[in-house]
Amino acid sequence: MDIKSVKSQFPIFKNKINGKSLVYLDNANSSQKPERVIDRISKFYSKEFSNIGRSVHTLAVTATNRFEETRDLVKKYINAKSREEIIFTKNATEGMNLVASTYGEKFINKGDEILITELEHHANYVPWHFLRQKKGAVIKFAKCNDRGEVEIDEIKKLITNKTKIIGITHLSNVTGAILPVKKIVDLAQTKKIPVLVDGCQGAPHLKLDMQELGCDFYAMSCHKMYGPTGVGILYAKKQWVDQLPPYQGGGGMIEEVKKDNITFPGSPTKYEAGTLQTAEVVGFSESIRFIQDVGIKNIMQHEKEITEYGVQELKKNNSIKIIGDPKNRGSIISFTIKGIHPHDIATILDEDGVAIRAGHHCCQILHEKMGVTATARASLGVYNSKEDIDALSNAIKKCNTIFNK
Amino acid sequence: MDLKELYQEIILDHGKNPRNKKRCKGFNKQAEGHNPLCGDKVHIFLKLNKEKKVEDISFEGEGCAISIASASIMTETIKGKEFNVAKKILENFLNMLKDGSKLKINSLSEDQNTTMKSLSGVKQFPMRVKCATLAWHTFMHAAEEKKQKANTEKAD
Ligand SMILES: Cc1ncc(COP(=O)(O)O)c(C=O)c1O
Repeated sequence: MDIKSVKSQFPIFKNKINGKSLVYLDNANSSQKPERVIDRISKFYSKEFSNIGRSVHTLAVTATNRFEETRDLVKKYINAKSREEIIFTKNATEGMNLVASTYGEKFINKGDEILITELEHHANYVPWHFLRQKKGAVIKFAKCNDRGEVEIDEIKKLITNKTKIIGITHLSNVTGAILPVKKIVDLAQTKKIPVLVDGCQGAPHLKLDMQELGCDFYAMSCHKMYGPTGVGILYAKKQWVDQLPPYQGGGGMIEEVKKDNITFPGSPTKYEAGTLQTAEVVGFSESIRFIQDVGIKNIMQHEKEITEYGVQELKKNNSIKIIGDPKNRGSIISFTIKGIHPHDIATILDEDGVAIRAGHHCCQILHEKMGVTATARASLGVYNSKEDIDALSNAIKKCNTIFNK
Repeated sequence: MDLKELYQEIILDHGKNPRNKKRCKGFNKQAEGHNPLCGDKVHIFLKLNKEKKVEDISFEGEGCAISIASASIMTETIKGKEFNVAKKILENFLNMLKDGSKLKINSLSEDQNTTMKSLSGVKQFPMRVKCATLAWHTFMHAAEEKKQKANTEKAD
């Protein structure tokens, strides 16, 4: 992979941050956008824009076509079986709320069990908590081990005949652990339990194949995939979209409206109420093409190499403690530094143009378990290089100097 | 932006060796404060006597150097002050961080003024202002016995 040519496609790197070159290590939070994505949105608004699916004029047809072409592209990219399985949402959070709400309404009752893990982001816990309050369901947490992984046995242990759904992250946004999703799905299928995968961190960094993975739901946020904000994708297996009720009600998602009854069309229409984020969806088509042009295998290989280098470099500094040591690590490294709070680390790094995140990363359950309120997190993307890691290490040394004088 | 302004000796010292970080004896008011964005927490214990004087004040909590130092400095500055004076000091402090206005508090010693001023560097770091104000807002919650936790996302 020619990192220079990849990076040059991202205009943000032409800017100076506090007079320094930007070292962007906050990709798990959101990724930067290549020029072609930005240009696509601009071109769509300049030449093709209209609301979709409602009018018959020429622009409406063009816009609708561009929008639906993106759905086809996504379907192909993640190897879904049919386009009905691809639902556009505003983000992964909305996708997971959609599942909790519609599946919960139909299939979860008092005393039923929802099985999630201690690694989950609040987006894969809070929606289930609503259901716990509303319906009296029970939430069980599969334990994460000292390496920051969830082993399949921990899930197996908690499955009962009351387990109605399993919600797991593909790749932890704190410890970086890649979970054995395929194995968990295989296990769940023997018990006929559907599996929802929080694919926020998996989707930008791993090869996706829904048919091979076999999960029932997979939620993604396009802004973490070099795409625009405001777009998410929920993959939902055909058997579910056929059975589950609609989510939000409004224009665009109806079949026929009478005073005494309303009927609904099939998926994805019934899940896409109101005017959608049209330009952003169209823009996202270029993110997929960007990923395809670089090649997801190349991206994975590159990120693995830089992450390994990062772990190795950070381990050289005795004051640093890396959080978790997963055998199968994605491009995320969370850490603490002895005697320095993560917020102070983030501020000091920022002065060198090094952007990381500090806090609980929306994973308070996990942080409580680890006995810390906050961690610092460096998360890599396709444009990061060994030089970025060196900049990180050097900026960390500055933290040590300021605090240990 | 200048890191040296932010992490001055005084602040690093208070951050590392916070004063009054304990549960003071005989407190009759208390409040918890929370910064939900970063998870910083502070718990203020206050002993306000009949004459509305701050007889004792202390804190417990977890957070960054700025928030711990600020809590430590706050307790040191306010201890022994009439509540009305303490309130003035707080207003002055918040204004210093909001619009950079000068501290002008006659009731403080020169040392205390210098110490408070050391927190003014935070103003250049908008994301960190909340760290510096958390303990102060929480003090007011304790004094006024507000039911809700102090919360930096609601505080003005
Ligand atoms: C694992 C995981 N799940 C869910 C989310 C929520 O993503 P969004 O805010 O885009 O819905 C994130 C991102 O912060 C994440 O890392």
